[in-house]
Amino acid sequence: MYQYTDFDRAFLAERNAQFRTQVERRIDGSLTEDEFKPLRLMNGLYLQLHAYMLRVAIPYGTLNSAQMRQLAMIAERWDKGYGHFTTRQNIQYNWPKLRYVPDMLDALAEVGMHAIQTSGNTIRNVTADHFAGAAADEIADPRPVAELLRQWSTDHPEFQFMPRKFKIAITGAPNDRAVTAAHDIGIRIVERNGQIGYQVLVGGGLGRTPMIGKVLADFVSGEDLLPYLEATVAVWNVIGRRDNKYKARIKILVHEFGLENLRAEVDKEFALRKAQFTGVDQDLLAQIEANFAAPAFKTEDQDRYNNAYTHDALFRSWADTNLTTHRNPEYAIVTISLKAHGKTPGDASARQMQLMAQLAESYGHDELRISHEQNVILPHVNKNDVPSIYYALKAEGLGTANIGLISDIIACPGMDYCALATARSIPIAQEIATRFDELKLEHDIGPLKIKISGCINACGHHHVGHIGIIGLDRAGVENYQITLGGTGTEDAAVGQRAGRGFSAEEIIPAIERLVLAYLDLRDSREETFLDAFRRLGMAPFKAALYPEKRALAAE
Amino acid sequence: MPKAFTPRVVTANDLLEGDVIYQTADDRWSRRLEEAEIIEDEAHAQLRLLDAERQKNIIVGVYLADVAKGENGPEPIHFREAFRRTGPSNYFHGKQAGF
Repeated sequence: MYQYTDFDRAFLAERNAQFRTQVERRIDGSLTEDEFKPLRLMNGLYLQLHAYMLRVAIPYGTLNSAQMRQLAMIAERWDKGYGHFTTRQNIQYNWPKLRYVPDMLDALAEVGMHAIQTSGNTIRNVTADHFAGAAADEIADPRPVAELLRQWSTDHPEFQFMPRKFKIAITGAPNDRAVTAAHDIGIRIVERNGQIGYQVLVGGGLGRTPMIGKVLADFVSGEDLLPYLEATVAVWNVIGRRDNKYKARIKILVHEFGLENLRAEVDKEFALRKAQFTGVDQDLLAQIEANFAAPAFKTEDQDRYNNAYTHDALFRSWADTNLTTHRNPEYAIVTISLKAHGKTPGDASARQMQLMAQLAESYGHDELRISHEQNVILPHVNKNDVPSIYYALKAEGLGTANIGLISDIIACPGMDYCALATARSIPIAQEIATRFDELKLEHDIGPLKIKISGCINACGHHHVGHIGIIGLDRAGVENYQITLGGTGTEDAAVGQRAGRGFSAEEIIPAIERLVLAYLDLRDSREETFLDAFRRLGMAPFKAALYPEKRALAAE
Repeated sequence: MPKAFTPRVVTANDLLEGDVIYQTADDRWSRRLEEAEIIEDEAHAQLRLLDAERQKNIIVGVYLADVAKGENGPEPIHFREAFRRTGPSNYFHGKQAGF
């Protein structure tokens, strides 16, 4: 993991001291809200529906146990004893008081964390594959580049007042777990003739105008990557639209200006910028890479794992669902579900955070990850330690065996917290999970991603859900529209709208009809919901969602 | 014909706590919607909003919210205002848990 240098610590201390005086000046009246708001947003502090909200960056979703413990401490001391992990691998505290936010930021700095650029029209927290450094299918660990990008983009003077926010994601594996195609820039590590390079996608994004990213450059070498990205952001920063916030993202520039034209501008800018890069970024990257050396994997016989797998059906079910193949055959990647049926997706109590920290320290080479799917990962666990982890998790309500299944739902905070939301998301997620748990069909249904957003901004990634749900306000009543066939992987696609929306009371039965129809329609257990949708198209699923139309047609 | 003015309350968030607050007839800020002043005249509403906007070192994000006149004072019309009055639905936190 990256270790803060003296420079990093001094930078953060100075920044936090600045923000402390800004808060004091707001409280004593020397700053108006109009003056203070951009300052607080630059430091991750929002004002939401019921309270302030502090969004803390978890760079590329990587944490150590000391950091996780500190997040738990902050939750207990200054919040209501829990935190909410988000679809951008961050954590949000929903109840901080303005006066204490500088103390929270100081506590974060103690463990090398911050909330800088988690809001505002800046380059946001760089996200990455949550299995980075551990996955069996990986070409290279994307985190050193992600850390380089964090350092480059943090307080970058050219990129503090951009047309709109800018999101970058990176994956080091061909199986894209980082939704790179839905980011302003998506980076995919590729290998060509034995050389590692970077494919750069541009103009992906969700929100009111969902777009899948297009290939801006097929292969950028390591030395060229940072100047190439800087050139891309710089071109957009100058020619991107500032007249209309809904048309300001780079995806609109790609759409209106054209990919070829943008590429030509970026190439011109790159030639200028490349000349200014003296190679210092490559020296820095080499230092960063040393921080991400693989842990010293241990060798053990697998008796405890095999014994538990053979004799404990619950453990077997959890292991089948929540473990992923590690690049070391004696190891496993453990995904801890924050989606217990009926609970809030992505929430963890301080006690749960402490337990996960302890397990990472005892069994996981001190590493944790947060996924954009709002779960926590122990990326490096010797299989023989997996049973001990499972039993400890189970005792603390963290033993749910549902990763990738219908109850492993992404949900934004929705109108329960968010000032922008047009409807609630969380209760819909809770009810779907509870209902399918009652039906005992979850494992039979198999891989199925439901993603729920409480407004058009799509923080819940509904466009790339196999089943997407978006909550809207229709004449003062919550209304939920369904999209089908979306996916956020390497073959990313935006879901298609199924038809009219459903009320809060109608939406759960509608989802049930849809999923039961899939069980009837699939040609075998191996055909997933998404595969069945791709084979059959919208019609049979629409018929299941809107049976009244079928009845009318029959009359 | 212009639309008839419907009853409103002046509401905002408290600067320090972030909590939802309502302006009362006797110029206090209350945590409870039922204590809010129901404003039934448009000109008076604009004046009360101006009064509130001047208090920018105490409150943030002031606006007029539609209400209905209920037995115990103002009642929210839109579900957003109902959540603001109560708190989130996934935890017993916020106003519903006391002040």
